[in-house]
Amino acid sequence: MKELIKLEHITKNFGNLRVLDDFSLTVHENEFITLLGPSGCGKTTILRILGGFETADEGKIFFEEKDITDLPANKRNLNTVFQKYALFPHMNVKANIAFGLKINGKSQKYIDDKVDYALNLVNLKGFENRSIDKLSGGQQQRIAMARAIVNEPKVLLLDEPLGALDLKLRQEMQYELIRLKKELGITFIYVTHDQEEALTMSDKVIVINDGYIQQMGTPEEIYNEPENAFVADFIGDSNIIGGTMIKDRLVKINGHEFPCIDEGFGNNKLVDVVIRPEDVIVRERGAGKINGTVLTRVFIGVHYEMLIKSEENEYEWLVQCYEKYDIGEKVSLDVIPSNIQIMNKPTSSDEEAIDLDI
Amino acid sequence: MTSKKALATPFMIWIVAGTIIPIGAIAYYGLTDRNDRFTLENVLAIGNSVHLQALWLSVLLALISTVICFLIAYPLAIIMKNSNFGKRGFMIFLFILPMWMNFLLRTMAWQVLLEKNGVINGMLEAIGLPGQEIINTLSAIVLGMVYDFLPFMILPIYNVISKIDDSIIEAAYDLGASTSEVITQIYLPLSVPGIVSGVNMVFIPSLTTFVISNMLGGGKINLIGNIIEQEFTVSSNWNLGSGLSLVMMLFIVVSMIFLERFDKTGEDSFI
Ligand SMILES: Nc1ncnc2c1ncn2[C@@H]1O[C@H](COP(=O)(O)OP(=O)(O)OP(=O)(O)O)[C@@H](O)[C@H]1O
Ligand SMILES: [Mg+2]
Repeated sequence: MKELIKLEHITKNFGNLRVLDDFSLTVHENEFITLLGPSGCGKTTILRILGGFETADEGKIFFEEKDITDLPANKRNLNTVFQKYALFPHMNVKANIAFGLKINGKSQKYIDDKVDYALNLVNLKGFENRSIDKLSGGQQQRIAMARAIVNEPKVLLLDEPLGALDLKLRQEMQYELIRLKKELGITFIYVTHDQEEALTMSDKVIVINDGYIQQMGTPEEIYNEPENAFVADFIGDSNIIGGTMIKDRLVKINGHEFPCIDEGFGNNKLVDVVIRPEDVIVRERGAGKINGTVLTRVFIGVHYEMLIKSEENEYEWLVQCYEKYDIGEKVSLDVIPSNIQIMNKPTSSDEEAIDLDI
Repeated sequence: MTSKKALATPFMIWIVAGTIIPIGAIAYYGLTDRNDRFTLENVLAIGNSVHLQALWLSVLLALISTVICFLIAYPLAIIMKNSNFGKRGFMIFLFILPMWMNFLLRTMAWQVLLEKNGVINGMLEAIGLPGQEIINTLSAIVLGMVYDFLPFMILPIYNVISKIDDSIIEAAYDLGASTSEVITQIYLPLSVPGIVSGVNMVFIPSLTTFVISNMLGGGKINLIGNIIEQEFTVSSNWNLGSGLSLVMMLFIVVSMIFLERFDKTGEDSFI
């Protein structure tokens, strides 16, 4: 795939606060990239630097190999869907969508056709003359999308576009966005702090914390093979426990040895171990390695979620399984090798940042 | 119910004493002659060529001042919106500061500055430039009006402009608009209410002033305000003065209705 956007060594400070530190990223044509991270980690700042609303203190931005670091926002071939939609309140739906086309001097015929097409695409045919304040949140969101895509940008920047919507609408819109992305064939750079949204929608997820890239990969890679405790913790629920790598493919957790599939950590090295709650196998007492007692149990739809307290070291395992165990019941836990994910222990927060050469 | 009424009483007294009685008195004087007989003469006296000329000159100067105030205030309001917090507060403070001084004193200060042997001419001559005849001209009056009434244009405009969401402005740039397109297509339509009140608050006092034209026009230039004032003070013809005042009131009400309509058309599609 062709390289479309390259951010090289971007640093950005707000006063004394370093928001981005030597941030580099490559975006390929037609990718759906999601920037995922907790509130305040710098996601919006990255989008704003890309959109041209904020200037980086250091570093360069390339668009199709052209340096656009100093190009103003109105000259960049990318459009933004703002978090709060930012529709023009004094214009009706049609005027909003047509704004960019008018500015670019398109003919009335072209504009009419494009507006029709865009309204069709976002399922809001017949809304041309509505005023903005008479639209629901989801409708405003779709108009904001339509207003951006009629300009046929190479890249669409979306800053938590679904953040203000309720759960059901958000899920609907997620599918709609994926469909739009497929129909339009343009690159999406999407910002969210909702890990589920990131995993559902993207081709590639970039997990950010404190202005650093923590991990970059497909949703499956991010979920199944988190590279550090931050990613493991941030992406879905997980059990993160200290362990010792005895040798390649053998790790000691809670005083029990477990075969695993990771190699290259060295011998007798302290590591972090990630086990997803759905990967913990609950058995009758004696049939597994770790003995524990069921502390709590809630039914969360398809399965039960339980906290099981290990008898050896008091660690409380988060477990999801289909069988029902009673509170106070004594059980044993087990894990299969491929579901054990080993990570290096971070020595300092700085080293948490992973140097990703792309 | 009764307690609400009791609360409203002071305001009722205020309105009756401060608005209804004076207007009633002016209407009474304006529509009667010295012998208390009903007449339209005082009102129709606006058709007198001296009065018409003064009215025309007043409208012209008030319009010019309003336009100048707008041209200064509008870009300033945008600049203030976009400056950082501390600087913005300081700028507002600077432009409000003169309002803390007495209106007469401020106008008098301009008299001293603009005089033939005043400060400005003194400075011009000191650097070898010829002195200017500014005092007692129409320009001096316009200058006084602009200086005195500018804050009343800045504040309402700044008030609406500061409430325009930054992301709307950024969206316009994002869609390719140039700065002038952002101003004409986003800022201006969204700030119509502020512009309308700013225009009202500069145009009306400029139209009716007699102090500024007295002090900076040297008594030679008669605006409609001067003529009305003189009818009350010099000629002691309260009936004629009131009659002309009534015409001015009507004039102002009509222009306000006109402006409000402007505002309404803006507001239909506003927020
Ligand atoms: N204009 C600004 N001036 C000062 N600090 C800022 C400014 N914009 C952002 N910041 C700070 O930079 C950091 C990153 O902000 P950013 O908006 O990029 O976070 P985010 O990842 O988008 O968070 P969220 O998920 O809450 O939107 C925050 O600590 C924020 O307070
Ligand atoms: Mg943000």
